[in-house]
Amino acid sequence: MHLAAHFPGVNNTTVWADPRSRSQIDFSSFEQLARTAERGKFDFFFLAEGLRLREHNGRIHDLDVVGRPESLTVLNALAAVTDRLGLAATVNATFNEPYELARRIATLDHLSAGRAAWNVVTSSDAFTGENFRRGGYLDRTDRYTRAAEFVATARELWDSWTPEGVSRPFAHEGPQFTVSGEFTVPRSPQGHPVVIQAGDSGEGREFAASTADIIFTRHGTLEAGRDFYADVKGRLAAYGREADSLKIMPGVTVVVGDSDAEAQEKAAEIRRQQVSPQNAILAAEQIWGTDLSAYDPDGPLPGIDPVPDSEITQGRVRHGDPFAIVARWRALAEAKGLSLRGTVIETTTRQSFIGSPRTVAAELTAFVDERAADGFILVPHLTPGGLDDVVDRVVPLLQESGAFRSEYTGSTLRSHLGLPEPVWKG
Amino acid sequence: MSARTSLHLAAEIGGPPHYDAGHYLRLAGLAEDGALDYVTLGDSFARPGLDALAVLARVAPATDRVGLVPTVTTTHTEPFHVSSAVATLDWVSRGRAGWQADVSTTEAEARLFGRRPAAPPAALWQEAGEVADVSGRLWDSWEDDAEIRDAATGRFIDRDKLHYVDFEGSTFTVKGPAIVPRPPQGRPVIVIDATTAPAREAAARHADVAHIRATTPEQAAAVREEVLRKAAAHGRDAGSLRVLVALTVDLGDVETAPEPGLESGPQLAGGGTYFRGGPVDLADLIAQWHRSGAADGFHLTPITPERDLERIVNGTVALLQHRSLFRTFHPGGTLREHLGLVRPVGRYAAKEA
Ligand SMILES: Cc1cc2nc3c(=O)[nH]c(=O)nc-3n(C[C@H](O)[C@H](O)[C@H](O)COP(=O)(O)O)c2cc1C
Repeated sequence: MHLAAHFPGVNNTTVWADPRSRSQIDFSSFEQLARTAERGKFDFFFLAEGLRLREHNGRIHDLDVVGRPESLTVLNALAAVTDRLGLAATVNATFNEPYELARRIATLDHLSAGRAAWNVVTSSDAFTGENFRRGGYLDRTDRYTRAAEFVATARELWDSWTPEGVSRPFAHEGPQFTVSGEFTVPRSPQGHPVVIQAGDSGEGREFAASTADIIFTRHGTLEAGRDFYADVKGRLAAYGREADSLKIMPGVTVVVGDSDAEAQEKAAEIRRQQVSPQNAILAAEQIWGTDLSAYDPDGPLPGIDPVPDSEITQGRVRHGDPFAIVARWRALAEAKGLSLRGTVIETTTRQSFIGSPRTVAAELTAFVDERAADGFILVPHLTPGGLDDVVDRVVPLLQESGAFRSEYTGSTLRSHLGLPEPVWKG
Repeated sequence: MSARTSLHLAAEIGGPPHYDAGHYLRLAGLAEDGALDYVTLGDSFARPGLDALAVLARVAPATDRVGLVPTVTTTHTEPFHVSSAVATLDWVSRGRAGWQADVSTTEAEARLFGRRPAAPPAALWQEAGEVADVSGRLWDSWEDDAEIRDAATGRFIDRDKLHYVDFEGSTFTVKGPAIVPRPPQGRPVIVIDATTAPAREAAARHADVAHIRATTPEQAAAVREEVLRKAAAHGRDAGSLRVLVALTVDLGDVETAPEPGLESGPQLAGGGTYFRGGPVDLADLIAQWHRSGAADGFHLTPITPERDLERIVNGTVALLQHRSLFRTFHPGGTLREHLGLVRPVGRYAAKEA
């Protein structure tokens, strides 16, 4: 089993109102969570990315935790205070250039002695593009076309020095990039830093199957996990890849209590904190596509139709047909007698593993045994202490049963993941 | 004009490339032991070496006081990313970040990106000035107290204290606000090598520290006056800009002269930027130029960092400290404090007040 720690923030999984919640920006928070993850012998520490503050109703969104440092810089600093932990940065392929990014990621690999990973995201909209020279918008197909050539180009650069340390000129000429010269960084400790892909669409899965070492996904249930796992692993053969060469790691949350019942109670309380009355209205506005500030969060669902193609929220990935979602919400509210807020709590929850340490350890293990995941990216709801419970109470049980390592056996992220050294293609 | 500020000393720690952190940790630690204001680490996309900002981020948690000033070029980079990375260096170093802004003029560098051809220095420095400008605006785009965590209303931030920068430069636009909240120093320190005319223009407008080159104290004083006059013409307070003389230093082969007043005085050559002599000679030169008001301090580039930085710190600096011409410890915590520069008030906050 592989385990990673996701630094929380920027959305309502994070409960900032909890008194134990500290700064999302001070280096001390990053250091504390990373040290916790390393104490738990985790594979890696993960940072997400957002390149424009979201807007809602034409104004900057103000309910969620916002504001974060730039990922690669934080990870280079964390390399100074950790020894073995992998360090993964989410960096967009649309608003960067291969030469510069390949160099920055290879630098992290050198400075961390082989612990770097790059989560290649493609999210791009004209809204985010307003912060960049490139500007504009790439549609889904073009985004992945650019991302695939971006990663391929980065790997050409990483291969442009021989393993013996001789630099050779590179020249890449493709539909997206025409670049040539000499790369300034020798082959790094991992040869190729680990590549992660995040995204659930068919295009995203295909991209991951062709090129990634890890896929970061979201699926809460065992069934959905099994389907996803089978689908993605099934795509590998077409690229001549072994099933083991791509690790599937869903992002999950864990709530641990002394007993299962206590954990359930704690989880319910966390959900109430995550979905405050204001957050419930906001979530409904995102579905309905219109201002619902006149509605009572503790009252019934708005009786009006959603506005399709609304731009009420900017900078957030939209999912599905709003009419279908509203119909589903209505049915649920009716069946369970739920208020608007209650419905939001029921539908937006991403809590996955809740119970006593023993229950959680057993369920995590079952997910892996039943081929729904190769491991997990744990998303805590508290910064920076949110994984203390998992590391202190669940990880020892996983170690006892042999499901998870008790000591690091190697020093690079590739070695933690059991991934082979990439073959040098000179 | 006499010196109005105490002596400032900085050193470059680049040289032949190293690909492990240890080398840079040793040099930065040495500079910190000497209570230097800051270390710089040069960078270019076209010469062997690691990304300089990354190296100094790696150094940050392993040091306490010394300022960290990587070179980041503005020609092929995204202004939004540059401003975020520099602000983040300030967060991870708890207020010790600077940024030496530079441009990429060569065709070789342009080909690494394949995005646009090389351009003349004047155009690139014009753009670099705009990047420095928009970075300052982005650093100010969150007011210091924008984060409120107001339990009653459920609001994490006061969005009235976040500002769009709506910047339109000659080659790029940026909407804002920043993703990174306002960094500890308010604005990290901007350093510009003001040797060439277009760079000097950008320095006068945007730099907190200008590096200049000169062969004599009189020449240094004249250039310093010019930079300060230009800064004033842009509406800046001359007290908000430090001018440091850049010297490439070779302390090799020459034994430490035990007493001041030595026969073979220091030699300056090569456009005034190259110093060859002993650590004591260097201390004498620094003391004399600073006393005459020629400069606020010196930025020293040791030709062999491992050897010369050690001689600078344990020879030159120790002597200046012994003569009470240079401090023996960092009295403050941030780079701005070392330089005697105030923490700027955010321009958007100032406007409303
Ligand atoms: C688990 C997960 C995490 C993601 N994290 C980020 C992120 O940190 N930053 C970002 O810009 N996009 C992130 N994305 C968005 C993806 O990169 C992608 O743009 C989005 O899922 C739509 O991709 P698709 O077209 O494949 O569905 C994430 C997606 C998933 C599924």
